[in-house]
Formats: sequence, structure tokens, C-alpha cells
Amino acid sequence: MKKLLPVLGLLICVSSLQAQKLIVRNGHIWFYSQAPLEDIEAHNHQVTSVIDMASGNMAFAVLMKAFQFEKALMQEHFNEKYIESDKYPKASFKGSISNFKELDLSKDGTYDVKVIGELSIHGVSKEVQADGKLIISEGKLSATSTFPLRVADYEIKIPAVVRDNIAKIVDVHLEMDYGAMEK
Amino acid sequence: MKHFFVFILAFILFMFPVSAQEDLLDLLEEMEEETTDYTTATFKSLRVINGHSIEIPAPGVLQFVISHRFGRVNGGAYEFFGLDDANMRMGFQYGMTPWLSLGVGRSSIAKTYDGLIKIKLLRQRTGVKSFPFTLTWVSGMAINGLRFTDPNRDNLFSSRMAFTHQLLIARKMSDGFSIQLSPSLVHRNLVANIEAENDVWSIGLAARQKLSGSLAINAEYYYLLPGYTADNFQSSLSIGIDLETGGHVFQIMLSNSGAMTENLFIANTTGKWSAGDIRIGFAINRVFTLKKQ
Repeated sequence: MKKLLPVLGLLICVSSLQAQKLIVRNGHIWFYSQAPLEDIEAHNHQVTSVIDMASGNMAFAVLMKAFQFEKALMQEHFNEKYIESDKYPKASFKGSISNFKELDLSKDGTYDVKVIGELSIHGVSKEVQADGKLIISEGKLSATSTFPLRVADYEIKIPAVVRDNIAKIVDVHLEMDYGAMEK
Repeated sequence: MKHFFVFILAFILFMFPVSAQEDLLDLLEEMEEETTDYTTATFKSLRVINGHSIEIPAPGVLQFVISHRFGRVNGGAYEFFGLDDANMRMGFQYGMTPWLSLGVGRSSIAKTYDGLIKIKLLRQRTGVKSFPFTLTWVSGMAINGLRFTDPNRDNLFSSRMAFTHQLLIARKMSDGFSIQLSPSLVHRNLVANIEAENDVWSIGLAARQKLSGSLAINAEYYYLLPGYTADNFQSSLSIGIDLETGGHVFQIMLSNSGAMTENLFIANTTGKWSAGDIRIGFAINRVFTLKKQ
């Protein structure tokens, strides 16, 4: 009995760590810039993300060099001149779903959520708020969101020469499939 | 009782993790796999100034260049400091695959037609598989298009031809600084006199320093290895500035060489910087994406 109590205690602690964290390694983020001279679109299929199903906390990590453009020169300029991805290889987000406690994710459906947190791009961190949707289908969770991003907020400098080629506010979209939730 | 306290302590510690969101980001970082990062933008254009850089166009991309070299600045005001006398080259280079590109061009000097093949052999990379240099091979052919001066001589077509082979070795030392070594061989089928060399060996040295996001300064020197050519001609020395916009790279340069193909600027430069035989030149490079990636 003397030995049983600490063993039991340890077992209870270990089991409490199983608050489920859903992880995705190939999430999809893309952005679209519309400007008078040129439209720019790039897709990243290597976004990693984790959502803590106990608290509604989430985190994203985005490798900037994984953004694919249709034009090789655009991709080179994006990395070398604007994002400076040698200095700032990743963008990240850490935050939480503000209305997570009110959601009943045991039922299939689409749930509107508000996500609040800190977004870091190009070495600059900003508090952001975005609307998104959590979609439960057959016990699988996925998330989508669309939000605007002001390029200048992250000290990304657009030279005057290409001012009409790059929008000041870029539309960012994300689509993540987190997979099956535990019962 | 002792055991009970340990149990409560452990229970409390495990139930209330500190900064839960930070843990999530750390979790993602742990999941990261080691990658290999290929170096890009060692130079901003296909030629540093006169000579080739290790860069080739991306597959499906056509690069068009129009270059001018003017006359000697020491021609004085009458010659409008050389601007009255201009020669021009226009060229196209197309990216066939990520490692192969082909190019053609025509210069007004000696009505030269040129063709080239540029092969990227190895890329500089960091990470899991690292390699310190980018290696590119260039082979070019230049054909003199002028009519033969003496039609009664036995004039061979092969006499018009010159070939250049170069192994370009470059390293992007930092975000703003790149350096390149270009051992080169220029072979001329026909030379001016019996002492002149058909084969001219040289080593090119080039460097680029970024001044801002769009502006860079370049320098290039082709050192002629000892021989008849080194004794009677000058090594090509050039300095220039690159200005990059969305789809163009504008280059302005000063050089003692007046021509834009290797057989002439490496092996046939007569101008001396110290004598003021300096020529202003410029190039406009334009990128056309023919096939999207």
C-alpha cells in the first residue's frame, strides 16, 4: 500500500497529459495581392500547426521559402528583397480561439470562431484578430480562415519602383486538416 | 504522508503548465525536419559586367539583354567623351531545365554572332547537405561576320570562329556579398600574326556588394596569364552598378574593354585605365516568364 499510492499518483498525472493536441504538417496557406500592374498569388503547402483541444490554444509555423509562385523571379524577389527569408526564415502565430469553451465539437458542423493572438512575420510581432471556421465532419477537424494583412505593419519595404505591382493589404487564406479527434 | 505530499505536488505541477501557447510553438519546432537550403541570388544578372556570372535563367524563362559600350572617355569633348561612338550587343538566354540554359546574341563590333551553353553543375547549399560553392560551366562560340578583306586569299569559314570555355566558381559569402572566380580559355582559330596565341588563358575575378534591396555595386577583372597576349594587350577591368526593378535589371559600367564577347574583351582589350581609355557602358536585362512553374 505504501508503494501503491505514489505509483497511482504518477499514473494519474501521466494520464492528465493526454489532453489532445491535434497536429498538421502540410497545412495550406496562400495569399493574394491585387494591384494595378500585377496580381500576385503564392501557395505554401508545408505549414505546421497544432491545436490544443483542451484549451483552444493554437500555434502555426510557416516556412517562408516554401511559398511557391508561378514566376520564379517573383519567388526570388519575395525571399531576397521583401521577406528576407535568410534572416527571418519562418513566420509564426501563437494564440487561442476566444469562444472555444462555448463550442460543442462533438457534433458535426461548421462553427464560427474568433482567433486572437500574436503573429510574427519578418521579425515583427503584432497582436491580431481573425475570423475563422472550425469544421467537424465525421469526427475530423479542419479549420479555415481568411484575413487581411497590411504588408507595412511587418516592416516589409516595398520600393517606390514596384508600388503599383504589390498591394498594401494582402488577402491571406488558410486551410488546415487536423485529422480525427479522439472520442 | 510523505508519499501523499509528493503525489499532490506532482499532480499540481502537471495540471498547470506554464505559458501553454509557447509550449505549442516549441512543439512545432521539435517536429521540424532538417532541410537543405539552396542559395539563391548570388548575382542579380546573368553577366556580372562583361563576363558571365554563375546565374542561369529559371526553366521556362527567357532573358533579353541589350548592352552598349561607348568610345573612350579620353576622346574628349569633340567625341562627346566617347558617347558618339557606340557599339551594341543584343542577346537572348533561355532556361531549358533548372541546370541548363542556351543563349544567342549579336554584336555590332565585327558583326559578331555568338551562341552559348551554360550548365549549372553544383549549387551552393546549407543545411543537411551543404556545399560551399556554385559551379557553372560556360562554353561559347563567336563568329566574326565581317566580309574578308582580301577576297583573293583562301578564306576559310573556320577562320571566323572563336571559342570560349569557362568554369565559373562563386560563393555567396553573406546576404550582401558574393565573389566569383572564372578560369577561362579563349581559343581563336585565326590570329593576327605568327606570334599571337590561338589559346589565351586567363583567370577572372568578380565581386558584388549589395548596397540596398535594389542596388548593388560590381567589379570584374580578367587577369591574362603570362604570354604574348598578356605582353601586348590589357587585362579587362570593369566596375559597375546594378539597379533592379520588378522585371528589369539596369546595369551601368565603366570598362577598358569595348566589346561584349569573351574572344574580344578577354583577349583583345587595348585600353588602359591609367591612360583614360575608359568606356561607359550600360545594359538592360529583361525577364520574360514564358512557362510558369
